[in-house]
Amino acid sequence: MATEKRVVFRSGWLPWALLAPQVAVIGVFFFWPAAQALLQSIQQQDAFGTSTEWVGLDNFRALMNDSSYLGSFKTTAVFSLLVAVIGLAVSLMLAVFADRVIKGALAYKTLLIWPYAVAPAVAGVLWLFMFAPSIGVVSFWLRAAGFEWNHLLNGNHAMALVVMAAVWKQISYNFLFFLAGLQSIPKSLIEAAAIDGASPWRRFWTIVFPLLSPTTFFLLVINIVYAFLDTFGIIDASTEGGPGKETTVLVYKLYYDGFKALDLGGSAAQSVVLMVILITLTVVQFRYIERRVNY
Amino acid sequence: MKIRSITPLAAVLAALFALPAQAQTEITWWHSMGGALGEWVNDLAKDFNASQKDYKVVPTFKGSYPESMTAAVAAFRAGNAPVVLQVFEVGTATMMASKGAIKPVAEVMKESGLKFDPTTYVSAVAGYYTAPNGQMLSMPFNSSTTIFYYNKDAFKAAGLDPEKAPSTWPEVALAAAKLKASGHKCPFSTSWQSWTQLESFSAWHNVEFATKKNGFGGMDTRLAFNSPLHVRHIENLANMSKNGLFVYKGRNNTADATFPSGECAMLTGSSGLYGAVKANAKFAYGMAPLPYYPDVTGAPQNTVIGGASLWVMAGKKAEEYKGAAAFFNHLSSPEVQAASHQRTGYLPITTAAFKLTDSSGFYKKFPGTDVAPNQMIRKATDKSRGIRLGNFVQIRTIIDEEMEQVWGGKKTAKEGLDEAVKRGNEQLEKFQKANKG
Amino acid sequence: MVERRPWLSFLSHAVLIIGVLIVAFPVYITFVASTHTAQAIVQAPMPLLPGDRMMQNYSAVLTGAERGPGSGAPVAQMMWVSLVSALVISVGKIAISLLSAFAIVYFRFPFRMFFFWAIFVTLMLPVEVRIFPTYKVVSDLGMLNSYAGLTIPLIASATATFLFRQFFMTVPDELVEAARVDGAGPMRFFKDVLLPLSSTSIAALFVIQFIYGWNQYLWPLLVTTDENMYPVVIGIKRMISGGDSAQQWNLVMATAMLAMIPPALVVMLMQKWFVKGLVDTEK
Repeated sequence: MATEKRVVFRSGWLPWALLAPQVAVIGVFFFWPAAQALLQSIQQQDAFGTSTEWVGLDNFRALMNDSSYLGSFKTTAVFSLLVAVIGLAVSLMLAVFADRVIKGALAYKTLLIWPYAVAPAVAGVLWLFMFAPSIGVVSFWLRAAGFEWNHLLNGNHAMALVVMAAVWKQISYNFLFFLAGLQSIPKSLIEAAAIDGASPWRRFWTIVFPLLSPTTFFLLVINIVYAFLDTFGIIDASTEGGPGKETTVLVYKLYYDGFKALDLGGSAAQSVVLMVILITLTVVQFRYIERRVNY
Repeated sequence: MKIRSITPLAAVLAALFALPAQAQTEITWWHSMGGALGEWVNDLAKDFNASQKDYKVVPTFKGSYPESMTAAVAAFRAGNAPVVLQVFEVGTATMMASKGAIKPVAEVMKESGLKFDPTTYVSAVAGYYTAPNGQMLSMPFNSSTTIFYYNKDAFKAAGLDPEKAPSTWPEVALAAAKLKASGHKCPFSTSWQSWTQLESFSAWHNVEFATKKNGFGGMDTRLAFNSPLHVRHIENLANMSKNGLFVYKGRNNTADATFPSGECAMLTGSSGLYGAVKANAKFAYGMAPLPYYPDVTGAPQNTVIGGASLWVMAGKKAEEYKGAAAFFNHLSSPEVQAASHQRTGYLPITTAAFKLTDSSGFYKKFPGTDVAPNQMIRKATDKSRGIRLGNFVQIRTIIDEEMEQVWGGKKTAKEGLDEAVKRGNEQLEKFQKANKG
Repeated sequence: MVERRPWLSFLSHAVLIIGVLIVAFPVYITFVASTHTAQAIVQAPMPLLPGDRMMQNYSAVLTGAERGPGSGAPVAQMMWVSLVSALVISVGKIAISLLSAFAIVYFRFPFRMFFFWAIFVTLMLPVEVRIFPTYKVVSDLGMLNSYAGLTIPLIASATATFLFRQFFMTVPDELVEAARVDGAGPMRFFKDVLLPLSSTSIAALFVIQFIYGWNQYLWPLLVTTDENMYPVVIGIKRMISGGDSAQQWNLVMATAMLAMIPPALVVMLMQKWFVKGLVDTEK
């Protein structure tokens, strides 16, 4: 990476000692199991592992021949883009305003962060309560306003629902980190600019946003990873990938194959593909976007 | 003198009394019954444990059916699987195909020396979990079947006779039209669409859902639910959907809530919904057998069960198998069965239990609760005994996906069913290939 | 703020109120549902104002009196397990990540970047994919049914390291030079300068990781068979999945509300840390 610290410490053994705890944990509890899991991508097993067959690239070939799998690439791209962009934009706006107010600040911040605490199992049920096409509270209002909400049969409604559900969770998360980032910007800088006559809008774009860029970069990477990997629970609870396959994103099929269908070889092959995509995306972000980050 | 000789004697006696407690074998039982059903499971275990001293059944809730299956797979691969595992009906083929993962119940019972007569079990219920050669593989535990619920108050308001349930599909369509005319927004809906409208539908009409006796005859079975009868039925439903007579309310059992809430007037769903209906419905309701087409010979035959069964895992100690056998014996006794049936609404798995419940006046006291057993206590045919398909979970999802396209008007009934059969057969081929060796 | 702009203040409050209404709406629904009877919730559409059954529902859940929670571990025991797990996970993760991020940013050593990417890549493979082999490792190490098994495998992820790395990159080099001039070694610098500066990041991470640990479901489900080691989310899920039986949604929602209290407390307490950290840096 181009960005480095100019001044560093010199020590032979200290950095290794500092790294050791994390490396030990991820060695035992990530890399070792992950290697075994990925090995399954070139095997075909029954669920309980009582018989194993080495099938080379068969699982991968099956994926590439599956038109619905290829279709889910597009679904995933649309979904992830919407979730990341909307999630970041909305939470940034809320964080900036929450940082600004004094009255009721604690209440606003608590109420905006708290929804993150809703357990995913419960959140799924809540979305059902709100959006079930006739008894749901929200769909009831939509219907009253003349909008026939039916995410069970309308693909666009279904996509809107899962995007909303995924973004909702992330707003609290992003909000929290944006807030933390905003609060570590020295007030003196902002005051100085105000004295110079800069408007709040100008101050935001010339001072706050650049100084916030490390946090924004962090959240961008994390949000994209989240959209790609952590959203199957929400989709499973609300649309199960339907109607048809219109909200089936890559990770949903992965999860379905691994858990419901117990097709471990196929699911492992999909993880390899997903991992490659994500690593590529991340490397691209680090290479091209990080150079615009102000450290 | 006396005191000195008593102490060693007391010690020996104490040791003797202590021994049976230490020799108690633990039978671990992983299940997916939450809520009130979880209490039922715990009570079953408690009663069994209290009735004898050799074994202790320890039930543990392990999440939903797919989750507990995952837990069992993980545990088995790590060498610490439970003794007894509750697995949903669509997982039957997966359990069977993993050679060396399970021990057939018939074997467990035989080795235990306890009396075990498979003919005491209702053939339409136990048949689902039995191999073609008659060997029972797993013990039916909580079985429900597909029945028809209808809102009597809504019927009255629409000018229909509330005491006369529609018994044929044409009658259902007519009733739906009248309900709609009277302003009802959701005349008919269904839960578990694959189970009610295709699987149970096939058995009810004594036609095949899949070739080779619905898969019992071999892994080279292929799907057959795009026959003219099936196409006709789905086409009828699709037309009803277009006219607002049938409103699709989602996959699995999300439609369940729409009946007790009064939203939908007629529902085909699980007999297990009875509890929720009884608790929440603020209107007069009726339960009736699944509708059928009167012009099909052989209809109505029997419906197909849903629910789960208990499997015994392989690699356990002999004592544990003995305990499992004793527990299953206890569960199958008419008294325990009858009590379970009346408490939960699940089907009685032995005819003796059904008779016991009947003679106790239960069905008269709670009208409609005998609909489900009556649909099942019949001699099943090769086409109606049940369904045994590999990758059944995926096949059901495929059916859901294709049916959604049909209800949404994107495909015709024939196109949807043909596509579902084609995609489903790919799954069957995959399963066959993966389990040949 | 800096100057008085009443219309901007008004806009801020307006946006925030709308934001809160939208974002906190599901939580509100949970609360309303926990104050009604089960039947009332099931009738469409659900009532939007709180009902009158709050006392009954909450006491039923806490004492396990009614047939909702299902027998097994009481709510208090499950909350305790969740609390310990959440604390161990958040403290553990933050601690090892601080050390790793410090090493990677402030030192030069061979394979430095390799380790950074190795740590980073742990984000790219969801735990569900590797759950079977991870379970086997935990089982082989004899960690089933223990707090160690519940927590240590979950510490193996890189969000915290990445965040700290970002933050450390923003710390001015002058501070390091000043520390050097003072004769302070790296660990001194870490303890006296870096940690206090990082307090807002630590606070934010603590909230997130605590909630993450608190809401764990699938991993504890697999790793524990002793129902006394079940965290509270499993208890909630157990109330819901009952096959076909009637759901007692009001009790489910009441339990969910109770389960949300400790995270809410953590959020509120951490706010104080934010302010404290801010005040420190202004010095």
